[in-house]
Amino acid sequence: MSNPITKYLPFFTDAEVPHTVSARPDTGLYSAKLGIWLFLASEVMLFGGLFSAYIFLRLGAEPGYWPAGLLNVPVGTMNTAILIVSSITVVMAWAALKMRQLGKYKLYMLVTIVCGLIFLTVKLSYEWPAKFNHFGVFIKKEEASKYEEFLGNKHLKDTGQSPRWEISGHLLDAPKGSHYAHQAEHNAEHFAHETGRHDAVTPAEDDYVIQLDAVNANPSDKENDRPHFWPVPTSTKLAVIKASDVESASVFAPRHSTYFATYFLITGLHGLHVLGGIIVFLYLWLPFRGGTQLYKTNPEHLANRVEIAGLFWHFVDLVWIFVFPIFYLL
Amino acid sequence: MSSIATADVGHHGGTDPHADHHHHELGFLQKWVFSTDHKVIGLQYGVTGLSFLFFGFLLMLVMRWQLANPGIAVPVVGGFLRSVFGETVMTDAGALTAAGYNVFGAMHGTIMVFFGIVPVAVAGFGNYVVPLQIGAPDMAFPKLNMASFWCFFTSCVLMMGSFFLKGSAAKSGWTAYPPLAGIADFENGNIWLNGQTMWLIAMVFNITGSLLGSINFITTIIQLRAPGLTWMRLPFFVWAQFVTAFLLVLAFPPLEAAGFMQLTDRVLGTSFFMPTGLVVGQSVAQTWSGGGSPILWQHLFWFLAHPEVYVLILPAIGIVSEIVANNTRKPLYGYKAMVYSVFTLGFLSFIVWAHHMYMTGMGAKVAAFFQVTTIMISVPSVILLTALLLSLWGGSIRFNTPMLFATSFLPMFGLGGLTGIPLAFNAVDLFLHDTYYVIGHFHYVVAPGTIFGLFAGVYFWYPKVTGRKMSEFLGKVHFWGSLLAINGLFFPMFIQGMGGVHRRWYDGGVTYEQLAGPVLHWNKVMTVSAGILALFQLVFIFNFFTSWKFGKKVGRNPWDATTLDWDTPTPPPHGNFDKPIEVFRGPYEYSVPGYHADFHPQTSRD
Repeated sequence: MSNPITKYLPFFTDAEVPHTVSARPDTGLYSAKLGIWLFLASEVMLFGGLFSAYIFLRLGAEPGYWPAGLLNVPVGTMNTAILIVSSITVVMAWAALKMRQLGKYKLYMLVTIVCGLIFLTVKLSYEWPAKFNHFGVFIKKEEASKYEEFLGNKHLKDTGQSPRWEISGHLLDAPKGSHYAHQAEHNAEHFAHETGRHDAVTPAEDDYVIQLDAVNANPSDKENDRPHFWPVPTSTKLAVIKASDVESASVFAPRHSTYFATYFLITGLHGLHVLGGIIVFLYLWLPFRGGTQLYKTNPEHLANRVEIAGLFWHFVDLVWIFVFPIFYLL
Repeated sequence: MSSIATADVGHHGGTDPHADHHHHELGFLQKWVFSTDHKVIGLQYGVTGLSFLFFGFLLMLVMRWQLANPGIAVPVVGGFLRSVFGETVMTDAGALTAAGYNVFGAMHGTIMVFFGIVPVAVAGFGNYVVPLQIGAPDMAFPKLNMASFWCFFTSCVLMMGSFFLKGSAAKSGWTAYPPLAGIADFENGNIWLNGQTMWLIAMVFNITGSLLGSINFITTIIQLRAPGLTWMRLPFFVWAQFVTAFLLVLAFPPLEAAGFMQLTDRVLGTSFFMPTGLVVGQSVAQTWSGGGSPILWQHLFWFLAHPEVYVLILPAIGIVSEIVANNTRKPLYGYKAMVYSVFTLGFLSFIVWAHHMYMTGMGAKVAAFFQVTTIMISVPSVILLTALLLSLWGGSIRFNTPMLFATSFLPMFGLGGLTGIPLAFNAVDLFLHDTYYVIGHFHYVVAPGTIFGLFAGVYFWYPKVTGRKMSEFLGKVHFWGSLLAINGLFFPMFIQGMGGVHRRWYDGGVTYEQLAGPVLHWNKVMTVSAGILALFQLVFIFNFFTSWKFGKKVGRNPWDATTLDWDTPTPPPHGNFDKPIEVFRGPYEYSVPGYHADFHPQTSRD
């Protein structure tokens, strides 16, 4: 057989294995369908391990060390909807192939790919970068009374809520030698440009100056007790914090807290799965030998491939259905 | 080798009539290196794994020398080891350093479990034998199979390469417990190129390869059984591999997740496993935000690593079952009970993991739960062992080399299993935890247990692979020498452990002589035994390679066996079978009254 792949890459010559396309009568499955379900079982355990880490760390976190309301809920909701739409279109692509409508298949597959790309773009160009330009310092508990006007622990205690130890916002000035000096400089310029104020940079060398988030600007306001659905813009109020009063200070990166560690690891791994799905869909959508060209020789085989990739895509969608509430809503 | 290459040309077969499309001769690289044939991949895994077993054993020999002769240069090879492993591991005089002892200890465990036994027992024997025993032309996904091996191979290169990084390989134990593993090996100032980080990356590749392989096994066993090969006609080895593959599919991913987490702890500064207020080098570590939990790692690690114990042992039980049935010339006693037991065992193995963690202070109620499940799991294990023991009863046993190894597996694995029962109890474990008693216990399970099972399998299937038998005489020398030496090596560990010798003393207990003095002289006995054991393995290696050329030639079925793996040409060609396969009976119809031969092959119609 003059198959160019096996001709030039003869190690891809497989023994002829049954049930690659047609179902085995007693199981009713072709092999790849069983294989993908087993793979998904292992994926459930993989994400299960990460989700149990989330539960374990969240339950074990000291009061005030598990933040809430830091993520943009409307954007997350939009991404959720986009993924759900793509899950529907991938099924329609498969159904079109089963009905031998190649044109419709290409259309629905294109929509699926575009949805996946929008999801990733939102994640990488907006959601993650917004975190990296957001700064938080955890105040040492014994020094917290100095910063009561930003923490509002009296109000929180009176209303029976967990204490607050973190002051967050945009970093405008960092202690000498800090990794974040460059970011602070950039933010301070931006701040001066927006507000016309030049008081953001202090002469002291061991201060953090933070342009406060709304919650730290008015920590005793009932409005700020619950996370907001629509994100609230940063206030123009500034806080000056001595470096020696700080327990830990970081941008909203994985090292910031166990919350962001789990957030970035789980959404990052999920993002890699989305990327993998898109690559497979592109392969099946373009005129590769194993893609739409396969339609001419064995349309059922192509339909099977789309079904397998679709099952994987549904799983990726399902993971997001867990990720969205536990990070954005709870 | 050449005999296999010629056997591949011009056969017409497989169960599929379209199998004879591709009859071009493959080059060496295509046939033996980048192959999708399950038999070649099985051999690749098997030979790589056996090499790692030997290498891991040599690491242990150096450690044992240090334990018996603390601080004294390793004789003969000390200078050589110094030049290979560098100053972190060996002193200029050629003695093992404390850090070197930790490197060798961590790598001995890692290599033996993840690079030695699992590749040989699961991927090696499983790949070679399972498709043959179920009458399949290959695995369900041949390309995935190749991907699995090359993932594994990548992990081998990374793990071995880590020895040559500045500061040498990982030294935080094969369990890689944080926070120690989170802060270790940063001395050379590179967050990526250091022992522990490389360990994690290599493990991620290893796990990925293992997952691809086990998905392939399950699919193959479900989808590619020959016509007539119903579930209860499967050889027990296939059942054992089936359950093993499920354990790997479901238990390995949480460790992969944990590996990612430890990796980000090390390179991104997260605190998954780094607790608040961690003190490193007498000052509170500022590098981590804190809030993490070292116990979380232990949960995720042991959630894999306990099922992993059964991954190590089940294939060996499967091999022993095949050999026992074949050489007693009678059916396995209680085949169905064994099948149900192996499933029960597989299920229970997922809910016993925290018996490794009694000392963590996770709470008495949690400990009580795991104590109960741990005792429960001994029931199916005992059923398996008892069924094999009763299978011997009334048989006219042929004591050839495979059978010698298989029969000795029973008391050796029994000893390993029974000494585990005291450890299951919380109160006893508090005393024995991390002592040599534990080391003795699990080494009896995996060394004279699993590894003897693997040797039995090598001697048993060698004729199928090469067309020649291994030398019986050398095999028996190997067996008796190994049996005596391995008991001399591991039995004193129980005595030392009950005497309070801790597993991590790198000077063999000299520092704690007032406590452990009465049992320290056993170190000499164990070290000498280990040396003798090494010598007898040379006999095996010699036998393994010379028999390939000079062994006695055999036909399709040298052991007069009933299962399908002996119904192929020897060695099996690409596509495996030279006739359509249909199965008419169970796997072990030996000595059937009224039948003209004492074995009744599964494919025989009458």
